[in-house]
Amino acid sequence: MPASAAGAYFDNNATTPPLPAVVEAMRPCLEANFGNASSIHRQGQQARAMIEAARAAAAELIGAEPNEIVFTSGGTEADNLALFGMIPEPRGAHLIVSAIEHHAVLHAARELAERGAAVSWLPATRDGRVRPTDVEQALRPETRLISVMLANNETGVIQPIEAIGRIARQARVPLHVDAVQAAGKIPVSVEELGCSLLSFSAHKFHGPQGVGALYVRRGTRLRPLFYGGRHERERRAGTENLAGIAGMGAAARLALRDLEAEARRQSRMRDALEAAVKQSIPEAEALGAEAPRVPNTSCLHIPGIAGEALVIALDLRGYCISTGAACSSGAVEPSHVLTAMGLEDAEARACVRISLGKLNREAEAEAFCRILPAEIARLLELSPARHAKIKSGAISVA
Amino acid sequence: MTADSANASERIVVALSGGVDSSTAAAMLHAEGHALVGFTMQLWNQRRLAGHPGMPATASGRCCSLDDVHDARRVAEGLGIPYYVVNYEDRFERDVVVPFVAEYLAGRTPIPCSHCNTAVKFDEMARTARQIGAGKIATGHYARVRHNAETGAYELLRAVDRDKDQTFFLWGLTQEQLSRALFPLGELHKAQVRALAEQFQLPVANKPESYEICFVPGKNYQDFVAAYLSERPALAAQLAAPEPGEVVTREGEVLARHHGVHGFTVGQRKGLGVATGEPLYVIELRPEQKQVVVGDEAGLLSQELTAGKVNWIAGQPPAGPLRVEARIRNRHVPAPARAEALPDHRMRVRFDEAQRAITPGQAVVLYQDERVLGGGWIE
Repeated sequence: MPASAAGAYFDNNATTPPLPAVVEAMRPCLEANFGNASSIHRQGQQARAMIEAARAAAAELIGAEPNEIVFTSGGTEADNLALFGMIPEPRGAHLIVSAIEHHAVLHAARELAERGAAVSWLPATRDGRVRPTDVEQALRPETRLISVMLANNETGVIQPIEAIGRIARQARVPLHVDAVQAAGKIPVSVEELGCSLLSFSAHKFHGPQGVGALYVRRGTRLRPLFYGGRHERERRAGTENLAGIAGMGAAARLALRDLEAEARRQSRMRDALEAAVKQSIPEAEALGAEAPRVPNTSCLHIPGIAGEALVIALDLRGYCISTGAACSSGAVEPSHVLTAMGLEDAEARACVRISLGKLNREAEAEAFCRILPAEIARLLELSPARHAKIKSGAISVA
Repeated sequence: MTADSANASERIVVALSGGVDSSTAAAMLHAEGHALVGFTMQLWNQRRLAGHPGMPATASGRCCSLDDVHDARRVAEGLGIPYYVVNYEDRFERDVVVPFVAEYLAGRTPIPCSHCNTAVKFDEMARTARQIGAGKIATGHYARVRHNAETGAYELLRAVDRDKDQTFFLWGLTQEQLSRALFPLGELHKAQVRALAEQFQLPVANKPESYEICFVPGKNYQDFVAAYLSERPALAAQLAAPEPGEVVTREGEVLARHHGVHGFTVGQRKGLGVATGEPLYVIELRPEQKQVVVGDEAGLLSQELTAGKVNWIAGQPPAGPLRVEARIRNRHVPAPARAEALPDHRMRVRFDEAQRAITPGQAVVLYQDERVLGGGWIE
């Protein structure tokens, strides 16, 4: 952040700032209540109690029973546990995965394919939705798992999971739902979704990084990823991340408490922002705006700009937004989600994502309603594509 | 005074490669109080061709390696400047890698660094720089830019350290590009740069230098080209595939067969597949006839060349013939010559004395004392 007071954090789909109450819930675990939950003594019992309270809160957030919650190191581990745990013998197995999944599912599925599994990739429509009929058509007798996310991390588009859940149940194929970008933002009920497995992550709803959970429906056979102690009902060996789990529990309680009010507040700010951009940049388009979306996310396609340059220009003014997916060096690569929706590479590079959170104030969003269109206009002035279009008459200059 | 034409409050983008030169350039500007933003260009994905025959099994090579990005990031952190990795892979492939492959297959000896400077660093990166409010770009090149108040033009000058001078790769810059370029190292010798790096306590002060083409692991062009084309069959079909042909003398005597002219360089002496008493050199490549012409050392000498795609630094070609010193390879000592502009961005250069191994596809760069007049591609 620069020295000036200006600026705001609008990248809450990457991670959210932990709420003060979350930090307070974690603090005792790093000080007096440091126990190992497996220990017999008082310290251990205290730790066990904290973990079980957090488990109940995490379960409540998604409408599950506490004993169906397995704590993990985060969303990625939860996704990997779901895919590799359900398909321990990939040879001969078939799974159905959407092409717009997060890398945690996408790359896990690719690895299963490397090890001999067959994978059917579901395409997405231009507004970012997977079609349930495609799931139906992809089913095979040897299908062992369907994995489709609840809300997409880049567009915020909510997928028709209930319909996919009905198909899965009818075919008796377990359904895994990556709900990392949905839990804490919209109501989630594992019963209504009809899934056997569901991943979620604390730091996407103002909890700490490094902790998440996998919901495993009772009766689901899952092979663990790690071997060791008998933690988490023998599904995830390793001493529990006590502070992280306590923080996740606190964050889940707060997210559930404020769910409706925050959804209304954030979607108001989000819609105002999109309106402000479209008003001054008519060619701008909010991807997935016609589909149901989580209330905090906006993915703007602004033909002719380099999303990367806009992100840097805004960062230098103190505003954090994002574009595409960062590769290992930190450079931006065209997003596989956007190309799966039918965007060309160049179009995908012309997209930015703005994602709001609980700590964003209305005043920040209002200021950004002025700054964002102005920065976009400045970039368009310096973009070669714009000049070509002005010359050809495709854009009229006011 | 390295950035005399830059206002101290104006933002400058400094290109950081993770090496000692660009890091020192950044530290110098920072010490002068300029507002800097560090960029590292992501240009090539080393994983792309990994595992192809002749290519390393895993990501390796220098270009855009995670280690270099890590070093550049540490330098930026140390200076306390904003830092970003910017992705120009598409542009780099189109304007640097593809021409490199095409030139190579056509039997010429490509030098991609010039293309990278004019098409990527001082074009694509300059655009991003302007978009984030930075009018100037600083690099760790050994060269100097001077604004001539009399003519109103920007001049490109050789570096004070003649051994390190990199103007051979910068002759393609336009007036507009030069007006935005800052080369803080141009007034320094390499030893001074190393000393400054120590003084600034840069974490890369003792890093060794690299001279190879950044996106080609090792120096094996042939394997790189084969691996790249196997990945892009449509492009491979467009470009002339390497075809076997004959190794001949200038008189037309066939001495041997070869697998393709692209495996040879003018001046090359070894690996001709010919056994004779006296040393033979490649003196000419004739891609159309698939012939590699060999001869004795005297056959390598020629006195005149023409060049295309000429860039005159001043912005327009000179009115009449000029006395110049012309350089035909990076390590070549510029030789006295007479140069004259021809129509269609071409020029003719006639050396006072015949030069060895004038190689089509290489650049020729013209100097008058310390000033670079321009350059072009040898035809």
